[in-house]
Amino acid sequence: MVYVLTERDSPSPDPLADRRPLRQVLVGLDPRLRICAAVVFAVTVVAFDTLWALAASLVVSLALLGLSGLALRQTLKRMLMMDSFIIFMLVLLPFTMPGTPIFSLWGLQASWEGVLRAVEIGLTANAVILAVMTLVGSMEPVTLGHALFSLKVPASLVHLLMFTIRYIDVLREEYQRLRIAMKLRGFRPGTNWHTYRSFGYLVGMMLVRAIERSERILAAMKCRGFTGRLVLLEEFRLRRADLAFAVVMGCVLLALILVEVAHGAY
Amino acid sequence: MHIVDGALSNPVVIGGAVAAVGGLALGLRSLPLERIPAAGVLSASFFVASLIHVPIGPSSVHLILNGLAGLVLGWAAFPALFVGLLLQAVFFGFGGLTVLGVNTVNIALPAVLVGMAIRPLLARGSPLYGAIWGGIGGGLAIAATTLAVAFSLMLSGDEFVVAAKLVFFAHIPVMGIEAVLTGAAIFLARRVKPELFIDVKGRLA
Repeated sequence: MVYVLTERDSPSPDPLADRRPLRQVLVGLDPRLRICAAVVFAVTVVAFDTLWALAASLVVSLALLGLSGLALRQTLKRMLMMDSFIIFMLVLLPFTMPGTPIFSLWGLQASWEGVLRAVEIGLTANAVILAVMTLVGSMEPVTLGHALFSLKVPASLVHLLMFTIRYIDVLREEYQRLRIAMKLRGFRPGTNWHTYRSFGYLVGMMLVRAIERSERILAAMKCRGFTGRLVLLEEFRLRRADLAFAVVMGCVLLALILVEVAHGAY
Repeated sequence: MHIVDGALSNPVVIGGAVAAVGGLALGLRSLPLERIPAAGVLSASFFVASLIHVPIGPSSVHLILNGLAGLVLGWAAFPALFVGLLLQAVFFGFGGLTVLGVNTVNIALPAVLVGMAIRPLLARGSPLYGAIWGGIGGGLAIAATTLAVAFSLMLSGDEFVVAAKLVFFAHIPVMGIEAVLTGAAIFLARRVKPELFIDVKGRLA
């Protein structure tokens, strides 16, 4: 079975928890630290304006990817998929931002400032999302919930997150069963009323079944005396490796800030 | 519909984050323990629904269905859609981290507003009557989301005005599709489980 969120075959715990190869250094670190590092990195990078600092940040994210043990090709493919969504906006920018003209296309003036802005947005977006995927996305979804809870995120929000994580795969299977049933009855999607109505019924059926499923879940949870307390299965501890990572990450961020200050117009 | 990191100006990003925290606080208040399983399973089903690609001409669009989420979940749609966006950003690389607040407000606020305005109408009259109101809600929510995305871009700089307008016009067919789908989904729910939209104390939304 392939899981939707992790796309790994099965969520097997790593037996080599203490002796990881360099490629998976990040996996052994405290999840809380990884979340905080991702947030601090994102906020810092978004504040950068110079291309040098942004390019260096992207290099840092790529290095993190190398240390995260994630599949390189697949993660980069996801990043490119995000790029394909924003490429349209980026291509427009040179023509819509006023400034020094560099070339013209079909009578439209492209400005140097616009090109710079587009490159800047592209670099920022990629550096941040790659760091988020490698630092946070490389952990088990359930661990993410527990780590957020120990970072003082409200318990009800964490419960909601955990339920969502738990049932995404269940509902996806249900969706696929319904799609197979439709296919067997000769349904072929196209651009027509019948298709949209059928997809609407499909979504409606999924909702009705989801509500009924949630009633059974609530009954089962009540039966076991659920009180809303989150039971953490593992206790997070900051180890020496975590402190080392925090120091290295701090130095890297400081270096990036220095690059920004050195090249910025301050 | 996802805005990425780096495009918006700082005031917009910070304003979005503050508004999202406020919305989450309000949404979580309407989410007692009894209703968390229902909200969680529905949040998961909207996540799965957003993976569905619906054909449109030679291309295809993926669904958002935030209007339907608002109609079914009410205020709880805010945290439910936030959870979906968080998971998409972290595990799929859609959107961004600092813009999570703005993206949540853009998608969840229209959902909640549509839910508040139209949900009471869904249980009335025939299933077709409910379906028509559901369709209006589904279309309105996407229209409002698109406007909110365009507005966030325009607030961040004049250079985005053209892109913002294009985003809006490019999404007009999507509004139609979401309206038809939401209407059909409500129609089916009214036929199969009519009590879903009747507000009883302690029930969802």
